[in-house]
Amino acid sequence: MTAGRVPGLAPAFLPAGPTALLVDLPGAAAGEAASLAAHVRAGSVAAGLSLLDVVPGAATVLLDGLDLPAELGAVRALVASWSPSRHGDVAPGRLVEVPVVYDGEDLADVAGAWGCSVEEVVARHTGAELVSAFCGFAPGFAYLTGLGSADPRRPGETTWPWSVPRRASPRPRVPAGSVALAGGWCGVYPTASPGGWQLIGRTDLDLWDVAADQPALLAPGTRVRFVAVR
Amino acid sequence: MSGLLVERVGGPVLVVDDGRPGWAHLGVPRSGPADPAAADLARRLVGAPGSALLEVVLGGLALRLRGPGRWVALTGAPAPLLVDGRARPVAEPVWAAPGARITLGHPPTGLRSWLALGGGVDVPAVLGSRSGDTLSGLGPRPLEVGQEVALLEDAGRPAPLDVPPPAGSGPLRLHPGPRPDWRGPDPRAHLARCAWEVAADSDRVGVRLAGPALPLTRTGELASEAVVLGAVQVPPSGTPVVFGPDHPTTGGYPVVAVVDPRDLPRLLQARPGEQVRFRRA
Repeated sequence: MTAGRVPGLAPAFLPAGPTALLVDLPGAAAGEAASLAAHVRAGSVAAGLSLLDVVPGAATVLLDGLDLPAELGAVRALVASWSPSRHGDVAPGRLVEVPVVYDGEDLADVAGAWGCSVEEVVARHTGAELVSAFCGFAPGFAYLTGLGSADPRRPGETTWPWSVPRRASPRPRVPAGSVALAGGWCGVYPTASPGGWQLIGRTDLDLWDVAADQPALLAPGTRVRFVAVR
Repeated sequence: MSGLLVERVGGPVLVVDDGRPGWAHLGVPRSGPADPAAADLARRLVGAPGSALLEVVLGGLALRLRGPGRWVALTGAPAPLLVDGRARPVAEPVWAAPGARITLGHPPTGLRSWLALGGGVDVPAVLGSRSGDTLSGLGPRPLEVGQEVALLEDAGRPAPLDVPPPAGSGPLRLHPGPRPDWRGPDPRAHLARCAWEVAADSDRVGVRLAGPALPLTRTGELASEAVVLGAVQVPPSGTPVVFGPDHPTTGGYPVVAVVDPRDLPRLLQARPGEQVRFRRA
């Protein structure tokens, strides 16, 4: 699903109200928006920007709290100083291993959708290196997708090429720690909430702790591997 | 204890302060008062700028003051304010003696009032804010009858005179949004052309507007992207939702316009059934 950036296709600056810009990254690879967001966050003070929030999406970064149009030039310069990371090294972020008991209620449905065994679903999920592309839906809920393959013989491939539809009817309550799939994304519910994703397992890891310096374990840019446990 | 006993609630009563800007990249809504200028005025009047105060929907609130007397001030929707049965002015500091009963009647206009108390409401701060967030559940939940609410020590001095925020009028100003071409050809012109009715299921997350649907000029799915306060999002139904302070940090439907932040409080003060109009900024 992530074909990599088309070389030469420059980021577009879309209007988002009087104090914000949405930087659009057409054809962004997994983790690229998070990479740009980290770059802007790190450089905003030196650039003299008044940013309140820097929020990556799947292929965009919202810059909110700007003094426009006065700061437009500094924003453009800061974004231009970011070099889109090349395939395979888009996310130099830290690696988090997530232990999972693969006993989700929808595991058989996912295997059915992919035409493979339950064991193969687990093998694919534990074999991929994922990256937190952005957070949304709930505090600490990370949208995880496959990093580009590090194998030079397989350029353009990602480690997570699989997709699965949402459930026809959402569950009113999904327990915290549920590991789930929908579309080309994987997510771990940080707190109990309603949810329509396919549940494949559960983890005991605390994904969200408001008392911690970094409240979200899987903040954008974090690399993630899932490890099967009993 | 020094604080309040909640004796009666009408509409939802939420503790708010300046919210949680800076955490949106982790999926944390900004939250905070629906009208920051009105909340600021109330807090300045009681000498507690930056403190946590109460956002009250459609009055109906009764509180009993515990501990020492306090200055209180009411702004926003002009709910009739009684202290120990005596009518008191809005947008002025009002003294409430020890044990006073403070009540808010039904406001003749508007939807939300802000009640500030000297010292400010003392609830545990979460990610640096005491605001209740109705979407994510961070911070305190809306107040319930019988609940005791702690107040911080009142060290401030009331401000006897202040300048109320100017009451805007006329159509709400619309700025361009990032995805106008999805609901084209000119979604701001469409929004400005007709009157929109505030729907009953509007809340702090979003104000839903009923009116002639915007045309779908692009179908398919938009990859999730971050949205701003005041964003006008148009789902496939074609009827817009304007995001309020507890809005989700990202959305998958196109944002075609953004309501000017100076005008957004007036939209959030509109009652279900009331009509609003827009114009280009």
